[in-house]
Amino acid sequence: MLVAPQIIITLVFFMWPASQAVYQSLLIEDAFGGNTAFVWFDNFKELFEDDHYIKTVGRTFFYSAMVAMLSLSVSLVLAAMADRVIKGTGIYRTLLIWPYAVAPVVAGALWVFLFYPTTGIVSTFLTSIGYEWNHQLKGDQAMALVVVAAAWKQISYNFLFFLAGMQAIPKSLIEAASIDAASPFKRFWTIIFPLITPTTFFLLVVNIVYAFFETFGIIHVVTKGGPANATEILVYKVYNDGFVGLDLGGSAAQSVILMVLVIGMTIFQFKFIERKVEY
Amino acid sequence: MSHILLKGVEKIYPNGYKAIHGIDMEIEEGEFIVLVGPSGCGKSTLLRMVAGLEDITNGEVHIAGRKVNDLEPSQRDIAMVFQNYALYPHMTNYKNMAYGLKNLGTPKDEIDKRVKEVAKLLELEDLLDRRPKELSGGQRQRVAMGRAIVRKPTAFLFDEPLSNLDAKLRVQMRLVIKNLQARLGTTTLYVTHDQVEAMTMADRLIVLKDGIAEQIGTPMELYDKPETKFVGGFIGSPAMNFIDATLSSDFDEIQFQDTKLPLKTKLNSQSSNIIFGFRPEHVTLVDNSAMSLHVELVEHLGAESIIHAKLGETPITLRLNGHIEAKNGDTLNVDIDADRYHFFEKESGLRL
Repeated sequence: MLVAPQIIITLVFFMWPASQAVYQSLLIEDAFGGNTAFVWFDNFKELFEDDHYIKTVGRTFFYSAMVAMLSLSVSLVLAAMADRVIKGTGIYRTLLIWPYAVAPVVAGALWVFLFYPTTGIVSTFLTSIGYEWNHQLKGDQAMALVVVAAAWKQISYNFLFFLAGMQAIPKSLIEAASIDAASPFKRFWTIIFPLITPTTFFLLVVNIVYAFFETFGIIHVVTKGGPANATEILVYKVYNDGFVGLDLGGSAAQSVILMVLVIGMTIFQFKFIERKVEY
Repeated sequence: MSHILLKGVEKIYPNGYKAIHGIDMEIEEGEFIVLVGPSGCGKSTLLRMVAGLEDITNGEVHIAGRKVNDLEPSQRDIAMVFQNYALYPHMTNYKNMAYGLKNLGTPKDEIDKRVKEVAKLLELEDLLDRRPKELSGGQRQRVAMGRAIVRKPTAFLFDEPLSNLDAKLRVQMRLVIKNLQARLGTTTLYVTHDQVEAMTMADRLIVLKDGIAEQIGTPMELYDKPETKFVGGFIGSPAMNFIDATLSSDFDEIQFQDTKLPLKTKLNSQSSNIIFGFRPEHVTLVDNSAMSLHVELVEHLGAESIIHAKLGETPITLRLNGHIEAKNGDTLNVDIDADRYHFFEKESGLRL
């Protein structure tokens, strides 16, 4: 009884739309919603035969791997440094946490300003040193830009977890290592890094999920999936096909695939987090 | 030449708090030195300053003839055993012990030889492949010691290594450590708050209070001739009894409450108000004496009895052999061994 409200919310806001999506993915509808036909798994078959879709899948994996790696490594370095900072700790940490409070769209807009081919500060600078920057024309540059923007947004979150993980390590361990003649660099790699593995793993999954599903806003503002689909990831394609291309059936099929992916990743995470090394 | 030398060592924290007040000490090679004192007295701080984990504000620390003030912990050639063992949880016990040697670039077969040697010494051979988590407290303690011994350092530093163990294991490990140290002959600094541990293990001990070295000496020196009232009360169990007393004008008799005690030798004191101290075990029961106590509680320990009594309002503890029949409200007449009187200045607590 006491969990009834939660069950109702889950049913209404999650199960029902999810089942609708599944149902929709088995239909073909014309663009104006006039005619509907039940076609079983034709939408899925079509997707997997579509080169374009397969490419998008590959691109998405590449994109999220890059975002996760970039944001994890940068925040790891920042956290390792913050862990050692003695003076002004509070200010340093607050500054690093700020980006997390910025909405994805705003974050995207910010990066667009910086890198706008004609007026952006960074792009002007890059052009002045002889590197031609135009993410509106060059696919790889566009990709790099969304990766950086998406990673930037996630750094604070990772930073907080890494820092908490590092501070949970007993100080005497670090002291013991320093008596054991380990340099600060070595201490980090042989003691601190292995001990925050559970945190790192958790963050890896969270970051991949983030890159997969929550960077829509950034991409939408920065590149709109372009140029020539160079930054179109799965979520963006769902939106594009469904709401721009009005292929509701195909779009629904894509979101069902995404849903399965999320469920898979969640199970993966739970399995590993539960098995996480205890000390 | 001394092996470890402390010269006017002081520690002042950035907030102005002075944790250690100018400590001077010379430690000979192979000595077992115990730093003892109540919690917050600065004993761990002093040890950590020798280890290089805390900065030295003033003064100098020399280890094996080298001034180490500005050297990193790793360059001081010391090994430390921590209270919580500080074993690396993600490494096997073997790797825990090998870690320091590996960092120093010791060849692999040499590391292997030394780790196995030490494991044998500490009876850890069967546990080398396990992780610290899978060991009991006593075993972890041994691994932590093994990690220190493998390095063959100039000095061992122990920071309350036994306080996480249960009482029985503590007594056992006390012997293990003492024996090992005697066998290896490595200079050792050992921090504890437990005066029994301090008395039983130390060649010499330093009693610290509020960052001041109250007394440095052998256990028996401290027991027989405590330099301050604090040392008198801290060393020995049960603690020494203290009574406010008045010294007669010709310095050969003290008086407290209704009791007058003649002194064998004249006492040299500025003030006539002094503190008289005697140990609970230095009394005998007599039929008639100048001092009679009111019994409050008797603890029978079998071989001996601890009697908690009062002289007027002053609590007095007695420790007598055998089974003493006494109960609350009884009166006991006691004599104090006249060679075992202790006198302290009232203001400074210094020995007279």
